[in-house]
Amino acid sequence: MGNEEAVFYSRILTELTLSFHILYATIGVGIPLMIMIAQWVGIKKNDEHYILLARRWARGFVITVAVGVVTGTAIGLQLSLLWPNFMELAGNVIALPLFMETFAFFFEAIFLGIYLYTWDRFENQKKHLLLLIPVAIGASFSAVFITMVNAFMNAPQGFDLVNGELININPLIAMFNPAMPTKVAHVVVTAYMTSAFVLASIAAFRLLKGSNHVYHKKALFLTMKVGLIFSIATAITGDFSGKYLAEYQPEKLAAAEWHFETEENAPLIMYGILDDGEVKYAIKVPYGLSILAHSNPFEEVKGLNEFPEDEIPPLYIHYLFDLMVTIGVGLMFISALYVYAVGRKWSFVETNWFRWILVAGGPLAMLAIEAGWWLAEVGRQPWVLRGIMRTEDAATTSGQVDIMLVLFAGLYLILGVGSVVVLRRMFKKNPVEQEIEDRRKEKGGDFL
Amino acid sequence: MTLEIIGISVLWMFLFGYIIVASIDFGAGFFNAYNILTRREHILTNVIERYLSPVWEVTNVFLVFFFVGIIGFFPKTAFYYGTTLLVPASIAIVLLAIRGSYYAFAMYGSYGHRGYTFMYGMAGLFIPASLSIVLTISEGGFVSMINGNPVLNYSSLFTSPLTWSIVVLSITALLYISSVFLTWYANKAGDPSATKLLRKYALIWALPTMITAAGIIFELRSHNAEHYTRILDLWWVFGLSFLLFLGTVWFIWKRRKYGLAFVLLVGQFALAFFGYGVSHYPYLLYPYLTIYDSFTNEAMAISLIVAFIAGLGLLLPSLYLLLRLFLFNKDYVRGNKDHHA
Repeated sequence: MGNEEAVFYSRILTELTLSFHILYATIGVGIPLMIMIAQWVGIKKNDEHYILLARRWARGFVITVAVGVVTGTAIGLQLSLLWPNFMELAGNVIALPLFMETFAFFFEAIFLGIYLYTWDRFENQKKHLLLLIPVAIGASFSAVFITMVNAFMNAPQGFDLVNGELININPLIAMFNPAMPTKVAHVVVTAYMTSAFVLASIAAFRLLKGSNHVYHKKALFLTMKVGLIFSIATAITGDFSGKYLAEYQPEKLAAAEWHFETEENAPLIMYGILDDGEVKYAIKVPYGLSILAHSNPFEEVKGLNEFPEDEIPPLYIHYLFDLMVTIGVGLMFISALYVYAVGRKWSFVETNWFRWILVAGGPLAMLAIEAGWWLAEVGRQPWVLRGIMRTEDAATTSGQVDIMLVLFAGLYLILGVGSVVVLRRMFKKNPVEQEIEDRRKEKGGDFL
Repeated sequence: MTLEIIGISVLWMFLFGYIIVASIDFGAGFFNAYNILTRREHILTNVIERYLSPVWEVTNVFLVFFFVGIIGFFPKTAFYYGTTLLVPASIAIVLLAIRGSYYAFAMYGSYGHRGYTFMYGMAGLFIPASLSIVLTISEGGFVSMINGNPVLNYSSLFTSPLTWSIVVLSITALLYISSVFLTWYANKAGDPSATKLLRKYALIWALPTMITAAGIIFELRSHNAEHYTRILDLWWVFGLSFLLFLGTVWFIWKRRKYGLAFVLLVGQFALAFFGYGVSHYPYLLYPYLTIYDSFTNEAMAISLIVAFIAGLGLLLPSLYLLLRLFLFNKDYVRGNKDHHA
């Protein structure tokens, strides 16, 4: 296998691993917060339904965490296995957040074990709630640290490159690079948002399937409220990300927006297709891009034509951008509508067609996460370290990457199918009505 | 003490931690699978699952910590080991994934699926085998530089007796470590039949562990003479380790003080492991890579060490809490309170 193939397969394998991992990782970051909120609401309102909600979510969470941990281990090792030249160079500058991520992960792992296996040990539920705080902090901070590494790849700094040698290295400056604030904020809030909508999907689905239990209604209302808050936060951080791109990575923004000519009063292009360098069927929002990039409708936005041809990312990322933004904004409106309508006691929220929309929310949020990451990563091409190292120079020289691709594809298939089967079986066998009944027997009548 | 030495000592310590906790884990999985196949699962399953369930994720972190740390402190290892280890490390990842998902899948889903349990048990034996290849490669002689890139020579690797001795050692040692620990644990749990069975395993695996370990030192004489001489210089460390080994076997044989027996065992492996590490000094990959020419810059080294100390400040109390709540909690160990979420 020539080097070109090794680069190609390394890219495919990395993309496959990451695309699979982030499905579980996103949930892994967001769900602990949701469990914590449910537990807290349960204690505050003295309502066993919310405690039960926390417990059932925690049980499902174990399955996703397991897959998240093993695929995370996979990507952690693959970084060195598939991109040894990159890690050799970048390791000098960015090892600190990578190292700290394992601490956050460690911290989370310890307390998650304790939380899960001490369910009935503490008389006082507040003590049990305290165990969730380190779990949620650990989960969120692993996302923070690992996103710092990714931000560094987009905006490498904290060193000087003199004749191919790295000198004057400052790990903290590398960590706190310009891409860091927007990236970290967007990653963390979208993870919370996605988890909320995924859990809302489940509740809506149970209601659709005939279980009219108040437990599911409480779950749906709680998750939609949280989803609304974090989808607004997502939109805000997304807007900041656009401004960051205009300032530091204009080629990514221009490619995502099919913005070819540098111009003032730049319009935002939504949807459409690209045909022979011509944009067709698109909706143009006048001044939109200037506002997105600089908060000023008349400001100039740099176009793609200003960049050397071999430094321009693939133009298909525009579709990913559209997909991500459309889903994000759509979910924000749906959750706002739902929360408002419940407050007003409008009855359409109880109809089947509206519940089907809510069921679609979780998977759509996941799709938006994938699209957003593909946009961010493909938009960085051809660089692995923007402006410093090109992707083809970073890959392994090993000749067995194609076989490994097959091996890992098989693994992810097993894990994906396995986790879905286990999760389905777990909740089908033990529906909430059954569990409430069991708890009542256990606690001797005074339960609910 | 230089930063390089601090760095490698920290990592070596974590690798040792991983070897102990992972051995217990892998061995337990194997004994469990073996007993299910021979229809004796009722003896061991309870004890094993009670111990392993809350800690499976923690075990995995030790490994992640080691490989992230070594890239951090010694970035050039990414270049040499990353390129050469693609296949063995990928296989290890897949096996780790099968194991890592097992607990969650089995505990909450299809409880006790035989096929999966069997795969789980076998995976535990193959992981150390695929990971121990790193130790073999580090002795030199299996990697050649072609056009400035390291290439692993698989045929000489697989035909070398050193490779297979290290693989055999990793397997016997893990079964030995695991059975000694579980003997103690089963005894604490007040489970005489599990204790009896595990004690038998401990005595069975003690001797092969010693024989292969001695054999490897002997093989190094012809494979890497420099390393062999350095091992002989440290003969007293290995001698002490052997005395601790005798102590463990004595207590297990006499059915006394299983806790102390396990402590002696940890001491035995710690001495041997650090003795091996020190004698390997200064090479990470003989003869291409030493800890000095691959070390990261000073600023990064210092911040990694600071992060490490801060992290330990957080971790040690948490680990202590974990052990207090499960391993050293009488009610939990005896299965009186086993209500997981």
